[in-house]
Amino acid sequence: RQKSNLLQRWNVPIKLQMSRQVASSGVPGGRGDSSVFVLIVGLSTLGAGAYVYRTLKENKERFTSRLSNLSPAAPGARPEVPSHVPFLLIGGGTAAFAAARSIRARDPGARVLIVSEDPALPYMRPPLSKELWFSDDPNVTETLRFKQWNGKERSIYFQPPSFYVPVRDLPFVENGGVAVLCGKKVVHMDVRGNIVKLSDGTQISYDKCLIATGGSPRNLPAIERAGKDVQQRLTLFRKIEDFKSLEKISREVKSITIIGGGFLGSELACALGRRARTRGLEVIQLFPENGNMGKVLPEYLSNWTTEKVRREGVNVMPNAVVKSVSVCGNRLMIKLKDGRKVETDHIVAAVGLEPNVELAKSAGLEVDSDFGGFRVNAELQARSNIWVAGDAACFYDIKLGRRRVEHHDHAVVSGRLAGENMTGAAKPYWHQSMFWSDLGPNVGYEAIGLVDSSLPTVGVFAKATAKDTPKSATEQSGTGIRSESETEAEASEVHISPSFSPMPQVPKQGEDYGKGVIFYLRDKVVVGIVLWNIFNRMPIARKIIKDGEEHDDLNEVAKLFNIHEE
Amino acid sequence: MTPPVSAFSELLLVVSYMVGKDRIIFATKEDHETPSSAELVADDPDDPYEEQGLILPNGDINWNCPCLGGMASGPCGEQFKSAFSCFHYSTEEIKGSDCVDQFRAMQECMQKYPDLYPQEDENEEKEKSSKDLEATPMEASAAKEEKGSS
Repeated sequence: RQKSNLLQRWNVPIKLQMSRQVASSGVPGGRGDSSVFVLIVGLSTLGAGAYVYRTLKENKERFTSRLSNLSPAAPGARPEVPSHVPFLLIGGGTAAFAAARSIRARDPGARVLIVSEDPALPYMRPPLSKELWFSDDPNVTETLRFKQWNGKERSIYFQPPSFYVPVRDLPFVENGGVAVLCGKKVVHMDVRGNIVKLSDGTQISYDKCLIATGGSPRNLPAIERAGKDVQQRLTLFRKIEDFKSLEKISREVKSITIIGGGFLGSELACALGRRARTRGLEVIQLFPENGNMGKVLPEYLSNWTTEKVRREGVNVMPNAVVKSVSVCGNRLMIKLKDGRKVETDHIVAAVGLEPNVELAKSAGLEVDSDFGGFRVNAELQARSNIWVAGDAACFYDIKLGRRRVEHHDHAVVSGRLAGENMTGAAKPYWHQSMFWSDLGPNVGYEAIGLVDSSLPTVGVFAKATAKDTPKSATEQSGTGIRSESETEAEASEVHISPSFSPMPQVPKQGEDYGKGVIFYLRDKVVVGIVLWNIFNRMPIARKIIKDGEEHDDLNEVAKLFNIHEE
Repeated sequence: MTPPVSAFSELLLVVSYMVGKDRIIFATKEDHETPSSAELVADDPDDPYEEQGLILPNGDINWNCPCLGGMASGPCGEQFKSAFSCFHYSTEEIKGSDCVDQFRAMQECMQKYPDLYPQEDENEEKEKSSKDLEATPMEASAAKEEKGSS
């Protein structure tokens, strides 16, 4: 009895798959022949019968031709790339992987094709500027493995190669799967015909498509003008190959300058700063703002953080705007607008991300003029069969308004949501994504919502008493789960720093922002929260933002966070 | 910059001042021990928009739960779903004792992908499966702790 149930289960996925293809490729709203017939009868009274009949015939022809594509061909005769896939994901990063997983979880036997410009299989980016730099393994640039907060090691790749189905087998494998076509770029999108074209001319048609093309690192105009000699000494940091290259360079040069004071720039500065102490490498970080994370943290906290970054061995130069860069002997000369000069060997530019929206033109998709990226609705949909997730998506957040978010957890949350909606869920963006950063052993924070330093803030910090000491260097920071909603176990930094300079035992009253919570306000409503050196409190932070209530006394709200608890 | 601090601030439970548009509050443990007057909105357990845990409000299994990792979506996803569903709905005295075939099929599939489903973790996975069922909508943190590879 049970055996026959099992058998039925194995057959069902394939049958479901084919009937879904008919439904989604047929007349909009059609679900098989009988309802289409009713449609014909209904419309013919309006004199539109001929048009409908013609459309139906086309669809039937398309169905028949697709059916013949599906009939199991001998492996030798299978085309290298299927001419049609039910689920096409453009881009092979975090959002695409999260969507693939979501689709597979919800649609039994789904066949998902990821087309990625990157030669690598889908991987997570945060460790490239964090954990991988702190690894003890001399082969880390090859293994790309790191230790998580719980001591377990894992790869930056979401899944090993055996997880994926070979691309040519995707239409035939029994229970469906996820295939990744690496090193190929989608250059053209025909939204009416539901077909994309790759850089090598291959065409793939789809039923549902996700655009998860992410973004490309921005460059400084001053550097772009500077010529090849300068460009050769420049890293625009984003991918695995950038990590490998920078890691090698950090062992070879005497001085590296990071331009940019945001997340990526500050994390890389701290990571390199650590190496500075052991290897005599000079690490400089320069940016226009007054302090590190100047666009994220309120000024007093940004200043405090800057001091911490300095203690990591970084020569931080705030209020620095690059005027020109030139080669001087064998070194680089950076001239700032205020006249200062910085001599260095290599530059890392971390000055923002340009969303990859090249497909918007051929696809006829809207690009947002305020935030950049493809404009989608609250359900991440651009058009009928097209969704966008991750860095490239400018979406409507019901609680916080239209926005575009460039964080890892958002890629996971939005990718997963897109996958759900591609399989019929019709859910809006609701679960707030979070982000986090660590800047050395004393500064770790998690954040959620609109964390914009131009908003009025209220920061509630644990008042130091004689008993309090700053965070111990040996204490693990980031012990909480950094990305709750992610699809894979995520790492939090393990701080092993043995040789950092000791902090004063009793912090001076009013100056130590050891731990606390910072609220970002729009009128009296909390729209963003930073959990400052406290962890495992993200659920309550998420709840407060979700509620969207007006609060008069934020110290009362802060009580909910138990900031004094260890 | 050193903010203005009262000479008597040692005696105060809460110190609060503005720096431009930003308010800074230092609060002691004693102050925060008094109950909060902040009001939170009651959650609707049936909210269709909310992220669900492992078990949906209608009793079905949420295959998209982050707590499952890649189990329901990988190459052995179907076998896993079959075995886990059987277990979930099993009404036998020893829950899941009627699902031996499904679990065997799952195991056979997983053995074909040793780097996705490390063999020594297999018993952990089965234990985890049964543990998950007994848990209430799981906190992602707890789930992560138990999650093995993939």
